[in-house]
Amino acid sequence: MNFSFLGSYYTFFLQGAYVTVLLAIISVIAGTILGVLLTLMRRSKIQAVRWISIAYVEFIRGTPLLAQVYLVYVGLPMLTQLNIPDFATGAIALTIHASAYISETMRSGIEAVPYGQAEAARSLGMNSRRTMLDIILPQAFKNILPALGNQFIGNIKDSSLVSVIGISELMYETTTVRGTTALGLEPIIVCSLIYLVLTLTLTRLLTFVERRLKSSDHR
Amino acid sequence: MITVKHLYKSFNSHEVLNNINCTIHDGEVVVIIGPSGSGKSTLLRCLNLLETPTQGSIIIDGQDIMTRKINIDQVREKMGMVFQQFNLFPHKTVIQNICHAPIRVRKMKKYDAEQQGLELLRKVGLRDKKDAYPITLSGGQQQRIAIARALAMQPNAMLFDEPTSALDPEMVSEVLNVIKDLAKEGMTMVIVTHEMGFAKEVGDRVIFMDGGQIVEENTPDAMFNHPQHARTQNFLSKILH
Ligand SMILES: Nc1ncnc2c1ncn2[C@@H]1O[C@H](COP(=O)(O)OP(=O)(O)O)[C@@H](O)[C@H]1O
Ligand SMILES: [Mg+2]
Repeated sequence: MNFSFLGSYYTFFLQGAYVTVLLAIISVIAGTILGVLLTLMRRSKIQAVRWISIAYVEFIRGTPLLAQVYLVYVGLPMLTQLNIPDFATGAIALTIHASAYISETMRSGIEAVPYGQAEAARSLGMNSRRTMLDIILPQAFKNILPALGNQFIGNIKDSSLVSVIGISELMYETTTVRGTTALGLEPIIVCSLIYLVLTLTLTRLLTFVERRLKSSDHR
Repeated sequence: MITVKHLYKSFNSHEVLNNINCTIHDGEVVVIIGPSGSGKSTLLRCLNLLETPTQGSIIIDGQDIMTRKINIDQVREKMGMVFQQFNLFPHKTVIQNICHAPIRVRKMKKYDAEQQGLELLRKVGLRDKKDAYPITLSGGQQQRIAIARALAMQPNAMLFDEPTSALDPEMVSEVLNVIKDLAKEGMTMVIVTHEMGFAKEVGDRVIFMDGGQIVEENTPDAMFNHPQHARTQNFLSKILH
C-alpha cells in the first residue's frame, strides 16, 4: 500500500472533515429545534396537528436517509421555486432526518419528568405553555443530553450520504482523491480513520461531560 | 369563602367523590382526615381544578369556578397548594423557585420578587439557603421552601395535601410550625393530614371523609372526643393508638 499521496492531498481530507463536522453541528442543533417543535405538536390539543407530527416522524423513520436526501435535493427547489445552494440542501436533509429521531427522544425526556412538576407549576398559576417552556423542557433537555450527544455522533456518519448530491464533505473529497490518484483502497482507509477519530473523540468527550453533569446533578 | 355544592368526581366509572358539600370561611382552618383512598386528595385537587369535577359547583368569593368563562390560571394563582412530595423545581435555586411565578405570572419586578422571597425565606427559617439547589436540602427544608413558594403568589387560601407524610419524623414539627404560624396570621387553609395533635391545635373545624363522602364535620374537640358516627370512631380508634 502506498500512502505517499497524502503529502499533496491531505488538505482534501482536512477540508472534507471540516465540512462533515459543520454539517453534523448544524443538523443536530437545527434538528433539536425542529424535534422539540414536533414533540410539542405531538402533544397538541388539535388532532390534525398531532397527526402531522406523527406522520412526519413515521415517514422519516421508515424511509432510508439516502431517499430523503434525494427527495430534498429534487423536491425542495420544485416546491419552493428557489435556487437552494447544495450545502444548505444537505444540511436541510440531515436536519429533517435527525429531527424525527430527536423528537422521539425528546418525548421520552419529557415523560421522564415527574408529573408533580407540572402540577406544582400549574398550581402556581402558570399556564400550560409557560409550564412546558420554563419547567418541563429544561428538565427534559437535561434528561436527553447524552442521547443528543449520540445523535451528533450519528449525524457525523450520516452526513457521508450527502456526498451523492455533490457536497464536498469527507466522503466526497475522498472520492475525488481516489479519482485523481487512481488509488482504490488507501484514500478510503484514510477517510475511515478520520471518521473513527472524530467519533471516538466525541464519545470520550461525551462520557466526560456526562460524568460532570452527574456529579453536579441538581436533583 | 369557598363553597362546595353537590360535588361529584369519578375516574372512568370509579366514583371517588360522592356529593360533597362544605363551606370554608375566610380565615378558617379546616382539617380533613380520613382513611387512605377516601378521596381527600381528590377533593383538595378539585378545589383548584387540578382535577375536573364530574358534577357540582365550587364557588369562590361568589364566583363559580366551574363555568367555562373562568380563567383557571387566575383561580390557581390565588390558591396556594403544597404537595406531599414537595415538587420543588430541581433545576432552579431556592430563590428562583420562589420568585419564578411571581415574576412570570404576576409580572412582579425581579427586585421586588426577590425582596419578598427573602422575607418569606426568613419566615420559614431558611434565609441562608437562598442559593441552594433543592437536592441539597432535607425533606423538611424542601417542604418549607414549597410553602414559601406558594405564599409568594400572595394567595387568599392555602391547600395542604399531607404536607408531612413524606418526611422523616424529626422533620415533621419544623413544617407544622410554619403552618401554625400561618394559622395565627389568619390564613384560610384546608389541610389534609394524619397528624391528629396538630389537627386539634390548629383546626377550627375537622372534616372526616370516608368512601368519597363527608361523614362527619365538627370542632376538633367534638370530633376527637365525641365522634358521632361509627365509621369515625373506628377510624379514630385506629389512628390514635
Ligand atoms: N388520576 C386518577 N385516576 C384514577 N383513579 C384515581 C386517580 N386519582 C385518585 N384515584 C382514586 O381515587 C380514590 C381516592 O384517591 P385520593 O383522593 O388520592 O384518596 P386519599 O387522598 O384520601 O388517600 C382512590 O381509590 C384512588 O385510587
Ligand atoms: Mg391523598
